[in-house]
Amino acid sequence: MTNSKKTSGILSNPTVQSILAALLCIVIGLFVGYIALLIINPKGANTAIITILKNYFTYPSKAAALKYLGNTLVKAAPLLMCALSIQFCYQAGLFNIGAAGQYVAGAGACLYCALALHMPWIICILAAILAGGIFGLIVGLLKSYLNVNEVISGIMLNWIGLYCVNMLLNGVKEVASPYTLHLSAENPSAILPSMGLEKFFSNNKYVTIAVPLAIIIAIIIKIVLSMTVFGYEIRATGIAKDAARYSGMKEKRNLVITLFIGGALAGIGAAFLYLTGYEEWSVTQSSVPSMGFNGIAATFLGGLDPIGTIFASYFIQHITSGGSYLDKNVYPSQISDFISAIIIYLCGFVLIFKLYLNGMLRKREEKKSNDGMAHNGKKQEGGIS
Amino acid sequence: MAGNSEYAIEMLNITKRFPGIIANDNVTIQLRRGEIHALLGENGAGKSTLMSVLFGLYQAEEGIIKKDGVEVKINNPNDANDLGIGMVHQHFKLVQCFTVLDNIILGVETTKHGILQKDESRKKILELSDKYGLKVDPDAKIEDITVGMQQRTEILKMLYRDNEILIFDEPTAVLTPAEIDELMIIMKNLAKEGKSILFISHKLAEIMSVADRCSVLRRGKYIGTVDIKDTNEDELSRMMVGRDVQLVATKEDKTPGNVILHVENMTVPSKLHHNNAVKNVSFDVREGEIVCIAGIDGNGQTELVYGLSGLENITSGKITLSGKDITNASIRERSTSGMSHIPEDRHKHGLVLDYNLGYNLVLQRYFEPAFSTMGFLKKKDIMDYSDKLIEQYDIRSSLGSQTITRSMSGGNQQKAIIAREIDKNPDLLIAVQPTRGLDVGAIEYIHKQLIAQRDAGHAVLLVSLELEEVMSVSDRILVMYEGEIVGEFDPKKTTPEELGLYMAGAKRKEVKV
Repeated sequence: MTNSKKTSGILSNPTVQSILAALLCIVIGLFVGYIALLIINPKGANTAIITILKNYFTYPSKAAALKYLGNTLVKAAPLLMCALSIQFCYQAGLFNIGAAGQYVAGAGACLYCALALHMPWIICILAAILAGGIFGLIVGLLKSYLNVNEVISGIMLNWIGLYCVNMLLNGVKEVASPYTLHLSAENPSAILPSMGLEKFFSNNKYVTIAVPLAIIIAIIIKIVLSMTVFGYEIRATGIAKDAARYSGMKEKRNLVITLFIGGALAGIGAAFLYLTGYEEWSVTQSSVPSMGFNGIAATFLGGLDPIGTIFASYFIQHITSGGSYLDKNVYPSQISDFISAIIIYLCGFVLIFKLYLNGMLRKREEKKSNDGMAHNGKKQEGGIS
Repeated sequence: MAGNSEYAIEMLNITKRFPGIIANDNVTIQLRRGEIHALLGENGAGKSTLMSVLFGLYQAEEGIIKKDGVEVKINNPNDANDLGIGMVHQHFKLVQCFTVLDNIILGVETTKHGILQKDESRKKILELSDKYGLKVDPDAKIEDITVGMQQRTEILKMLYRDNEILIFDEPTAVLTPAEIDELMIIMKNLAKEGKSILFISHKLAEIMSVADRCSVLRRGKYIGTVDIKDTNEDELSRMMVGRDVQLVATKEDKTPGNVILHVENMTVPSKLHHNNAVKNVSFDVREGEIVCIAGIDGNGQTELVYGLSGLENITSGKITLSGKDITNASIRERSTSGMSHIPEDRHKHGLVLDYNLGYNLVLQRYFEPAFSTMGFLKKKDIMDYSDKLIEQYDIRSSLGSQTITRSMSGGNQQKAIIAREIDKNPDLLIAVQPTRGLDVGAIEYIHKQLIAQRDAGHAVLLVSLELEEVMSVSDRILVMYEGEIVGEFDPKKTTPEELGLYMAGAKRKEVKV
C-alpha cells in the first residue's frame, strides 16, 4: 500500500512525467527510424541503428572516442542556444521559427568581423548577439505594432538573412572554393579560447568555452524565467495577454524585448559554432542551416525546460553525428534528421501521454478511495464502477 | 410507455464519489409529469454531478434511476436521448456559422435519397415555435442573433427531438432581465403542455416565480424538497447555505465626502461599430459612497470602465482621480495612483489562470519593493502575503497559495480578485458585475466587502446588470442607455419599474453634475 502510494506520488510529479514522456518519444522515434532502415536495406539495419546510437563509441580507442565526443559537444552548444531562443520566446506565447534566420545573421556578423575586420573573438560574439537580436527585434516590432504574425515574418527573414549573409561574406571567401577563409590562418585571435578544455577531449582544438558557456546560459535562462520580475511578466504575457495588460504590464514592449533576447541567443549560437573554426560558411548555400529548426526539436523534447533542453540538445546532436558514420552507399545520412523529425512529431504526444498518465493515476486513486470508503462504511452494495 | 407512475423521472438514493469527496450522497429527486422542479444549491453542491449522472456522463456507485416507474440504465448521453431527456447547457452547444434551422435539425436531419428535406423541418419548427411562443428566425445565423434567441434555439432543439424531460442548467445567467421574464413564460407554457422540467438555479427569485417544487442540495447532501407555495426565499436560502443569509444588504446612512473620481465629457470609441460606445459622459464619485451604473448589457458600461481603467484610450474628455489628471495615464499609473478594478471578465482580465494563487494575488503589486528586489521576485514574501490574504478573505482552494487558479471555483477566483484589489487600499474601487454567476453566500460576502470599502471612506463605482443589487447596495444610481447617462436616482426614492423605463430608453432626464 505505502509502496504503491509512493510510486504514484513520483509518477504524478510533472518533471518525472516530462522525462518519461521524452524517453518514450525517443524510443518510438528510434523504432520508426529502425523501420525506415529496414525498408531501405534490411540486411544492415541492425548495425546501422547501433552505429547511430553509438556515435563516437564506434571508435575502439578511448582517445578517439573522446575526441569525437568533443565534436558532438561543439555542435550541441549552438543547437542548445537555438533551442533556448525558441523556448524563451515560446514562454511569451511566441513561436520563434525565425531563430534559423537569427542564427544566420549571427553567423554573418561574427564571420565578417573576424575575417574582414580582423576583430578579436569577444567583439565577434557581440556582433553576433547584436545581429541576431536585431533580426529578432524586427519580428518583435512587426508583431507588436502592426500585428504581423511572427511565424510569417520570421520565415521571410530567414531567407532575407541567408542571401544577405551570402553576399556579405562573398568578399572573405577562398578563391578556389565557396567556403569562407579559415579562421586559424586568417585571424587566430577570433577563435574562442579553450581555457585548456581541449585536454579533456584528446586535444580536440574545437572544444572551447562555447560548451560550458552554453550550459551556463541555459541555467541563466531558467533563473530569469522562474525567479525574476521580467520572467513573471513575459510568462504572464504569454499565457494571459489580456490579464497582463490589465495589470499594467507593457505587453507590447515585453514582446519586443523577448524577441530581441531570443534573436540574441540564436546569434550567440552561431558565434559558438563558427568562432571555433569547426566549420566554414559556404556562400553558395541556398537553404537556411538546419540548426535553428533542430532547435525546435530540442526544446520540445526537453519539455520546454531550459535544463531539460541541455540534455535534449545533446541527444539530438548525438544521433545527428551518429548518422554521419553510416555507410553512405547504402543509407542516406539524413536518416538521423528523419529520426529527429519523428521525435518532434511525437513531442505533441508528450501532452497526450501526460493526460493519459494523470487519468490513470486518478482512476487508481478513485478506486482506492472507493475501496477505502466501502471498507470503512456501513454497507456495500455490489460495487458498480 | 404507459405512465402508471406519478413521476416522469426518479433518481433514487444516488451516491457518486470522487477521490476525496462524495459529490452526491444518497440524493433523491422525483420529477412529476408536467411540473417545473427547481434544483437549488450553491456552486459545488453537486447539482452538475447529479445532472451528469442523469445524462449518462457519470455512473453512480449506488442508487437507481426510474423512468415512468420503470428502472432504466443510462450508460451514455445517447441512452438519455433515447429516453427523451434533453438539456439546455449553460454554455450553448450551437454551430456559430449555421442558421437556427440547421442547428435544430443537426443530427436528426430528414433526408430523401441523401438530400436534405428542410421544408418539412421548417414546418415542424414553426409549429413548435408557435405553440410554445418561442420566437426565432429559422434563417438567421447563430452568430448574428441575441443570446436569448440562441437559448430559444436550444429549447427548440430539445422539442424538435420530442424530448419529454427538459433540463435547464442555469438558463438565466446569460440573459437580460427582459429575456429572463420571457424565458419564465416559455417554461410555464412548456409545463402546461405536459413537459417535465428540471430547472437548475441558485437565483431564489426566479425559483419562487416559476417553479412548482424545489429540491435543495448542500455539499453533496440532499436537504429536502419543498412546495414553492408553502415556502419563501428566506427558508430556501437557509436550506441552501445552512445558515441565515442576508439577502438584502444593509448599510448605514453616510454623507459623501470629497470628490474622488471626476469624469468630464468622456467619449470612448467602440470596437464593435463605428459609433462611440460612450458618448460625452460626465459624473462624480465621492468618498464614502457607492455609485452604481445600471443598464442593460451592451449600453456602453464595459467601454466606460475600459476608458476609466486605461484599457481603452478615450477620444475626448477628462478624468481626474483624487485631484490628479489621469486622462492620459498608463494602466499601471492609474493603479498605483489609487484605482482598483474588479474586472467584468475574471478569466480574461482578472487572473493569469495558469499561475498559482500566490502569483495572482500580487498581480497588481509584484513590482513593489515588498515583493521584488533587484529584478528578482521575493518568493517567500509573496507566499507569506498570499497566505495572509487567503486567511483574511477566506479564499478556499485545495493547495493554498500553490493552487493553480484555473482549478479553483468561480466564487473563490472572484474572492481572490476582490482580496487583491481591496488590499491595495484604493481610493477608488471599480467593480464590474462582481457577483455574476456566484451563489447567494458569495454574493452576500461581496456586497459586505463593497459596503465596508464605502464605510472606510473610499469611493466605489459599481457596474451591475442586476436591478436587485443596484437597489440594495448603491447610494446613487446612474442609468446608462446607448452610451449616455440618461438619469440619476436616489435608490430610496425610486423603484425598479422606474429604472426599467430609463434602462429601456423609454424615458430620460438631464443629469447635472
